[in-house]
This record gives sequence, structure tokens and C-alpha cells, in this order.
Amino acid sequence: MIGALQFLLFILLALAGMQVVRTREPLAQSIAVSFYGLVLSLLFFLHQAPDVALSQIAVGAVALPLMILLALAKIRRARQEREAEQNR
Amino acid sequence: MRLRLVLFAAGALGLGAAYFAAARGLPPVGGYSGAYGEVLNAVSVGERHATDVVSAVNFDYRGLDTLGEEFILFASVLGVATILRKQQGDEEDRNEPAWQARQAPDSDAVRVLGVWLVPLTVSFGLYMISHGAVSPGGGFQGGVVLATAPLVIYLCATAKTFLRIAPPWLTKAAEAIGAGGYVVIGCLGVLAGKQFLENVLPLGTPGAAWSSGTILFLNLTVGIAVAAGFVELLAIFIEEVLRRET
Repeated sequence: MIGALQFLLFILLALAGMQVVRTREPLAQSIAVSFYGLVLSLLFFLHQAPDVALSQIAVGAVALPLMILLALAKIRRARQEREAEQNR
Repeated sequence: MRLRLVLFAAGALGLGAAYFAAARGLPPVGGYSGAYGEVLNAVSVGERHATDVVSAVNFDYRGLDTLGEEFILFASVLGVATILRKQQGDEEDRNEPAWQARQAPDSDAVRVLGVWLVPLTVSFGLYMISHGAVSPGGGFQGGVVLATAPLVIYLCATAKTFLRIAPPWLTKAAEAIGAGGYVVIGCLGVLAGKQFLENVLPLGTPGAAWSSGTILFLNLTVGIAVAAGFVELLAIFIEEVLRRET
């Protein structure tokens, strides 16, 4: 039972990781990487490491996407300001 | 094009073969061949009264490493705050129109959900921080959970409510107190004539929330520092988004 679940999660993890690479739009990529982190934390939990799983949820599914979103927001604002200046 | 495919096929075959051979040599799931893990599993409850051995390692046996980790987080929050600081030219504080303009969402469902979610998040975060020595979790994880409460408030109330709950002076002070508190607790050991970060407080009953001496208090300081650091990041992030909207 556990073995089957493990196998399933490994496959899901590989698919999620591939999807992160295949996604070209950074905004969508941040969501994909968050999903990848969630699957990874499930795998940690299944391997009897609840402490690591919790850290993985905190860092991989919350903090990392948040930092990516923060960077995207900053970049977009800078680009908008530049375009506004050019149109002036 | 053709050459690339051939190259890829050769590489994939080689990697597949090597990976398969490596995976066949792996120990079975749950297999462990070290000595330290077994030793710690056997002694940590008796020595430190901490039923979560991971916490006992993080905050006691290898407490100095965790001090380093905490300051990594501190430094990175500091770095983000420095890079994204207000430049000259936009001098207004957070009373600027951007924060005033953001209204609460119209949907009743979102607001009601928020009312339920915030106390749940806060109590779960506090539980995780305070029971780090007893069950999985601890300051780092609980701190992040705690920090999502203001985010929920931002999502289902006005942006000003976020500022009222987590004003910049409070997050900055909490971050400093959390980071400094770890060192202060570490110095208790020195004051008692023992080593830095030595567990000198009463150990209590194993399994109780008030147990494991300094492990509990170190978890508290880390929880405060992590929660404050993340709220600080959130505030910077929200500010960027709000400025873009207006």
C-alpha cells in the first residue's frame, strides 16, 4: 500500500518537476513550483520525516513562490515606469 | 537536428543505465546505517526530555547551527528590505494613497472564510511553535504558519487592516527581538558557568508543553523572528502590488 503510494508520488513529482521546466510564463511557473513543493512535502511525510515535510511546505510551497511573485511585481513596475517615460 | 537526437538518445540511455544501477544499490526505505541517529534516538528523551528528537538536535545538540540558520534568514530579509527600500523621490510613508485605496473584497463568502481562517491559523501557528519539543514542527514552521495570518487578513479585508495588525515598527522590533533573544538564551548557559547554548533551564516532564528547558524558549524566539521576517517580506510584496494597481 505504502509502496504503491510512494511510486505514485514519485511519478507525480517527476511530472510536476518537468512541468516547472516546461512552463515558460514566470507567473504560471511560480504556481507550478509551488505545486512541486507540495508534492515533495507529501513524499517527505510518507518517508516518516514530518519535520522536514513541514519545512518543505513552508519554504517550497509558500516562501519560494512568494519571492518569485515579489520579483515579478518589482520587474513589471519598473517596466511600466520605463514605458510611461517613453510615451511622455 | 538528427545529430542532436542521437546525442540525446545516447545520453538518456547512459543516464538511465547509471541511474538504474545506482537505484538498485540503495538501502531499503527506512534503512539507516549511521550511528548518531540511533544514539540520539536512545538518549534524547532521557537527557533533554524532548520527545521530538529533531527539535532536540536542532535547538540543543546542534543549537549553534540553528543560530547560524536564523541569521541567514535575518540577513536575507534585511537584504530584500535594503534592495527594495524606498528610493528618494517617493518619500511618503505607508499612509500613502496606495494603502488607503485597497478596499475589502465584495464577496461575503471570502470575508466569512477569513474570519474563520485567521484564528485557526494563529492558534495552529502558536501551537506549532510552543510544542516544537513535543511533536513535529517548531519555531521555523510555526513562524511561517503564523505569518500567513496577516496575509489572509490582507486578502479578505482592507489593506489598512493589514497595517494595523502588523505595523512596520512591530515587525521590525519583533524580528530584532527574535534574533537577539536566541543569543540571549544561549548566554544563559555561559552565565551558569557552562557552555554557550547549554541547556541549563529545568527540563520538566517529557511530553508536556512546558518541558525541555531552553529548547522551548529557543523555539519561541525563532518563531517570533521567522513570523516577523515573513510579515516584513509580505508587507514589501503587498506594497509593490498596491503601487502597481494605483
